[in-house]
Amino acid sequence: MVPLSWYLIFAAGLFSLGLFGVLARRNAVAILLGVELMLNAVNINLAAFWRYGTITNMAGQVFAIIVFAVAAAEVAVGLALVISVYRRHNTVVADEIDMLKW
Amino acid sequence: MNFWTDPLKMAADWLTGLLTGWGMPEGVAVGLAAFLGIFVLIAILMVIDIFLVWLERKVVARFQDRIGPNRLGPFGLIQPFADIVKLLIKEDITPANADKVVYNLAPILSMMSVLILWAIVPLAPQILGIDLNVAALYIIATGAIGTLSIIMAGWSSNNKFALLGAFRQVAVMVSFEIPMVASLLIPTVLAGSMGMNKIIEAQNIWFVVLSPLGALIFMIAAIAELGRSPFDMGEAESELISGYNVEYSGMKFGMFYAGELLHAFTFGGFWGILFFGGYSFFGLEDVSPFLAIPILLTKAVIGYWIIMWVKYTMMRIRIDHMLAFNWKFLTPLSFVLLMVTALVHVLFKDTSPWLYGLSMLGSNLILGWVVIEFLRRFSRAEREKLEGHAKPAMEAAGH
Amino acid sequence: MTIAQIIFLVVAGATLGSAFMVVTSRNLIHAALWLVATLFGVAVQYALLNAGFLAVVQVVVYIGAIAILFIFAVMLTRKEIRDQGPQLNSSWWLSATLSVVTFGGLVGMLWGWKDMAHTVPDIPPGFDSISALGDALVSPDAFVLPFEVASILLLAALVGAVYVAFNRK
Repeated sequence: MVPLSWYLIFAAGLFSLGLFGVLARRNAVAILLGVELMLNAVNINLAAFWRYGTITNMAGQVFAIIVFAVAAAEVAVGLALVISVYRRHNTVVADEIDMLKW
Repeated sequence: MNFWTDPLKMAADWLTGLLTGWGMPEGVAVGLAAFLGIFVLIAILMVIDIFLVWLERKVVARFQDRIGPNRLGPFGLIQPFADIVKLLIKEDITPANADKVVYNLAPILSMMSVLILWAIVPLAPQILGIDLNVAALYIIATGAIGTLSIIMAGWSSNNKFALLGAFRQVAVMVSFEIPMVASLLIPTVLAGSMGMNKIIEAQNIWFVVLSPLGALIFMIAAIAELGRSPFDMGEAESELISGYNVEYSGMKFGMFYAGELLHAFTFGGFWGILFFGGYSFFGLEDVSPFLAIPILLTKAVIGYWIIMWVKYTMMRIRIDHMLAFNWKFLTPLSFVLLMVTALVHVLFKDTSPWLYGLSMLGSNLILGWVVIEFLRRFSRAEREKLEGHAKPAMEAAGH
Repeated sequence: MTIAQIIFLVVAGATLGSAFMVVTSRNLIHAALWLVATLFGVAVQYALLNAGFLAVVQVVVYIGAIAILFIFAVMLTRKEIRDQGPQLNSSWWLSATLSVVTFGGLVGMLWGWKDMAHTVPDIPPGFDSISALGDALVSPDAFVLPFEVASILLLAALVGAVYVAFNRK
């Protein structure tokens, strides 16, 4: 069977790719895409720990579901902010959104 | 066990026995047999799909006081084959500046989102792809893939009308998913499981009797999910030409079209499974799967006929009315209905089945009456706002 | 190597490959579509972990809502139909180094851990993870409070998103 370490290394790889996306991308929407990858990596870990730990303890799955809710909320608010900024300033490049107050 | 009571297992055992006899490893043989089963199911579905084209054209002709296809073969039964030949020999056009990969992937995903639904359809107690314990949510998940295929088609065509159609269609599908989830949870609450077989087994009384309002909400949400009239904003022939699939020609369009018809048929089947007892009909399903499958398919065709009936007799609703109808009416109603159903279920589940059924039906009827009364007052207020108080004067004048 | 391991490696490779395309592809619509492929790969991983509910919810929530929202946002926030200019900022090599170091650090940290080669325990017969999950989410001595807080968070996000994105005429 698949050992636990494979899942953890896979999740670490996904997390690092997401981190690269967050740090290197210029477009604010693309940065949010990177955040999604990182949240997914965390969720894989939670599900793997649930399966490989005490299976009757549902904490891993419960927290994965709460991460789903947090991700949905984050995307809704984040994309609303991006669209609002785009409407007023005609840019979605994160470096150009640097005035803190408009 | 013999062929009459469990043909699927019999055939699979025979096939794996044959293959292992030829020296194939057991695991590979089982996998190959399962693959063949999937292949046969999809082939049968595609044949059904061909006849759905004929059925749809015949039924719409009757609604519009025509005869429909009647030249090729008896009752025009050969007509869909002629249609297929026409689609196949048509020129396959890819628009300039189209996103080629996405453009070609969209029809495949559209068809796939329908075909994978059949993995959980219980054709008979023993004949189903997989008895998933999250089957009700699986229906919603395949809908998500359908939504994705529509937005991919609309965007990659590089056409304004296609994109507009895709936007509208996706807005409708995403919003009507919510009443759909809520109405799928009603059979789940009543049966105590999301598995399709368990939902069917729990229907000693059909769930449409226990929760007619739930069945109605599911049907409305399903029609919106299918993008059929009166919710066919994404196609809207008179304003968007054909919506998201306007740039597709030949068999690629054919896949969207066939997928839509099979999707409608499948949702007719799910309506039958969730609210009308699925394959069960006075114990006939226990005699043989050869009786259960026709029962289920008959119920599916009846559901499909109702979807067609609505499609060809209703006008298209404006997009803002459609979304307001969902968010301000259908979603709150489905949530209230879910809460009432759960409450009545907890309060009466240990009493006699008669009391349980009557209280469930009664709560549904009371809720329906309250909703109709509320709607009447609301529309009267709207009408008076619009017309002023000219109406009584007109009535006095003899109208 | 067993069949389960082969399936894991194929799915994990495809998932990481599409995740790489998410962070590097120039066309943002393609990035969003690659994100869908990544999310689907993760859903398959949940299914391999016997977490069927998570797999289905992953498809419903992530692909059906979040990815569609991303595609809409990309379409709403661009001046022309084609993307122009570099998609990565000038210090992208620094970010690349940092993420490689993060990956190396995480793997190195896990390397000496004694439970790394932990094999999967058997599921006890009669254990239904869906009903166990449902009980855990609503029973007072388990996770009812985080569950309620998550629902309030969703409501707040709903109101906030409508308020922020609303177009005042």
